[in-house]
Amino acid sequence: MKTIFERSRSGRRGLLIPPCDVPEVELDSLIPRRFQRGAPPALPEVDQLTAVRHYTALSRRNHGVDSGFYPLGSCTMKYNPKVAEDIARLAGFARLHPLQPAETCQGALALMHDLERYLAEIAGMARVTLQPAAGSHGELLGLMIIKAFMARRGDGERRRVILVPDTSHGTNPASAALAGYRVVQVRSGPDGDVDIEDLAARLGEDTAALMLTNPSTLGLFERRIEAISGLVHRAGGLLYYDGANMNAIMGISRPGDMGFDIVHFNLHKTFATPHGGGGPGSGPVGVVRELVPFLPVPVIEKGPGGYYLDHDRPLSVGKLHAFYGNFGVTVKAYAYIRSMGPDGLRQVSEDAVLSANYLLSLLRGHYDLPFDRPCMHEFVLSARKHKELGVAARDIAKRILDYGFHPPTTYFPLTIAEALMVEPTESESVETLDAFAEAMVQIARDAVTNPEMLRTAPHTTAVRRLDEVAAARNPVLRWKRRDSEKGEGA
Amino acid sequence: MVMLSRLGLDSSSELFRELPSSLRMSRPLALPAALSELELLKTLKALADGNLNLDEHPCFLGAGVYDHYVPSVVDHVLGRSEFYTSYTPYQPEMSQGMLQAIFEYQTLICELTGMEVANASLYDGGSSLAEAALMGCRASGREEVLIARTVNPFYREVVATYLRTAGFAIREIPLDESGAVDLDLLAAAAGSGTAALILQSPNFFGILEDLEAAGNILRRRAPAASFVVSADPISLALLRPPGELGVDIVVGEGQVLGNHPSFGGPLLGIMACTEKLLRRMPGRIVGETTDAEGRRGYVLTIQTREQHIRREKATSNICTNQALNALAAAVYLTVLGKDGLREVAFNCCWKGHYARERFRSLRGFAIPYQGPCFREFVVNCPIPPAELNSALIRDGIIGGYPLARHYPEREELRSAWLLCVTERRTRAEIDRLAEAAAAAAALSPVFPSPEGGTVLENDL
Repeated sequence: MKTIFERSRSGRRGLLIPPCDVPEVELDSLIPRRFQRGAPPALPEVDQLTAVRHYTALSRRNHGVDSGFYPLGSCTMKYNPKVAEDIARLAGFARLHPLQPAETCQGALALMHDLERYLAEIAGMARVTLQPAAGSHGELLGLMIIKAFMARRGDGERRRVILVPDTSHGTNPASAALAGYRVVQVRSGPDGDVDIEDLAARLGEDTAALMLTNPSTLGLFERRIEAISGLVHRAGGLLYYDGANMNAIMGISRPGDMGFDIVHFNLHKTFATPHGGGGPGSGPVGVVRELVPFLPVPVIEKGPGGYYLDHDRPLSVGKLHAFYGNFGVTVKAYAYIRSMGPDGLRQVSEDAVLSANYLLSLLRGHYDLPFDRPCMHEFVLSARKHKELGVAARDIAKRILDYGFHPPTTYFPLTIAEALMVEPTESESVETLDAFAEAMVQIARDAVTNPEMLRTAPHTTAVRRLDEVAAARNPVLRWKRRDSEKGEGA
Repeated sequence: MVMLSRLGLDSSSELFRELPSSLRMSRPLALPAALSELELLKTLKALADGNLNLDEHPCFLGAGVYDHYVPSVVDHVLGRSEFYTSYTPYQPEMSQGMLQAIFEYQTLICELTGMEVANASLYDGGSSLAEAALMGCRASGREEVLIARTVNPFYREVVATYLRTAGFAIREIPLDESGAVDLDLLAAAAGSGTAALILQSPNFFGILEDLEAAGNILRRRAPAASFVVSADPISLALLRPPGELGVDIVVGEGQVLGNHPSFGGPLLGIMACTEKLLRRMPGRIVGETTDAEGRRGYVLTIQTREQHIRREKATSNICTNQALNALAAAVYLTVLGKDGLREVAFNCCWKGHYARERFRSLRGFAIPYQGPCFREFVVNCPIPPAELNSALIRDGIIGGYPLARHYPEREELRSAWLLCVTERRTRAEIDRLAEAAAAAAALSPVFPSPEGGTVLENDL
């Protein structure tokens, strides 16, 4: 397909700008010539219809939840309610400046204030900030809070280590390193849970915190979480909850009750806000009472005159977003919580776990199952037996594309060979799950009878398998006009 | 029920049998009861109506978020649910639409900034600046970052928070009387320990920095340091691109490109850099390649920088970014095109200067900084700017941003107001603002009388 630059023709435009109604002064008299650019930037020159057709064509070469099943493990690709999109576009939300005087944005502040409280209740935390723009941004904030808390307590200097399980999301160790910590990995045991003895051996005077996902990235509930919490706290460390998998436990169990001190939420996973092709997300952070003073500024308070932003927080870690985070996303999460209510949220988690267990029951026997336990909202299969036949998890994923489904997450967690991580979510009907299972079973058969077809898949997509090695070896990261095209357009 | 019975279970609570009973909630969540869609819309509409919105009220606030016109096409393209209900394009064969759109976005950012490579987006202008500062520290092996006090104070706070946590130092360089960074103080501060220099242009006061002069000083005094510039993408339609001025990393706030203010988020963190720094750049990058049949296609590339491959050795922890906002920027730049963006920039420049001159001639008001400006400017007010804002709200106008809190050391900013004028503001609105501000000031008991006032003499 052509790029927008290849559709450009000199002199065309897609929009009129109103004529200027103040004097059009010679630019040189306002801005010294040496600050001005010579040639204008080479932006495309297209009429509006050409632009619209270009982006419509691009959209048709993209798969979203609205296009079809999207069981991308750990990402919770659930249905995104349309009414939330309409709400976030209301002028009273979208057309609001973050520095308006508080008396002119009481509705927005009230929404944020209430959402913070809802999330605190769901996770069992004392207080929540909405400032982080995504889950890993929330992780970074959580670690900043841990650092500030321990510095104030007086043992920050020696507590330099963040423990993460070998199954953790890559963002956990990356966030810890960004926050200046040393990362030490904890083994998981043969049942998939954290190896308690290994954990105990690694805990010590240098431990700042253990970062944990529960249910784990294997889709299993960490059964000894209370023992883990006791061990970490007795060692003087804190327990950090990676909220990527919260969709499994809403209204059923709360991280705060499990002993976690800090929690991040992924509103774009659990709370049905769209993933936007990679973002924007939103990663609010909740903390227990003694960590509240360290939350980033500003915090929203309610006084006799209404809601206001409090910047005067001497122990605060500071700021990690210019304003208050992805407000537009939090509006959608607020709408979701209000439309589900307490029973609805619990039902979401029950259905998500039911769907996963149902789908697992259809695939058991066709793929290797590293841990045969009841799963939570997702499960991990291994294609290691297929690998022996010359068919990798990657090939299976590519073949799934031919059925019109998005493949599961592949090659994660890193501890499982040829991993396929499946998260169906509560949104999907039994018919969809049956159809997906049927495709997966057929692919498992084809791995034996026709491995070449899998190795060369996909066969029906807009493009065939793409050469990622070549892309990394000779990076072409922007469009450039080739000599042969000169004279065709601008 | 079909699924339960096929699993041989009686109730869904059996699914949770691995949870210790001590951890199971014994009460419902204390949340408001569920609402139907109709009730939900009414409730949320009421909250939205509790705010003054920029469609109905002329707004003169900038300071990091700007009220530019968002063409209809942008929201319609963003409403294509094939885009907004997808996620990071991990499976390229099924995600060519988003990948190509981001590839085109990267190209557009390179065109605007004059840089060699751009990434697929970061969270916002503030966190992008922090990531750039960290890149500078790692690339140079040095530990002190210099940042002008003319950089947006919110950004400075974000940079300081990131650097403090990572264990790096930060030093602020004061401004001179023109409202730009003081180049002599910069020369004195830069040295062999400098990791990076951060400037913003147009700066927080709307004044253009002399990037060329600052870059020359940095090259002379601290050759290992990275030169980081936070630039406004719309101003780059008129201004010399940082890529021509020896800048190593360009960041900026891309909200101005087709994204609504949305109470400060979602925004769009722009980042572009030299090819030399490519492998130190954080975030997703899309590259061109070919498929098994030789057709052009796009993939996420140079992923060995990223957290899902490198874990604690990654260049950043970012995973989810602001892809849809980058798409908005690409659509915006496409629809406005070469001429349209230039016209928007000219309008901002003309209207900004018109407003500045209007306030210069207003009794009691003064313009403290005379350097060339783009879309924002500082006004000294005869009464506290917060009082002016309250008075203006009664006239249905959203005023400017009071500066004193951020610059307690600057005598001339004690009663200062930062005003912003985009192409959306009309001459009539600017005149109304000036008249309403003058009237509010005249009514105030603290306003000096024309006969006895000494404050006014240099302004009249």
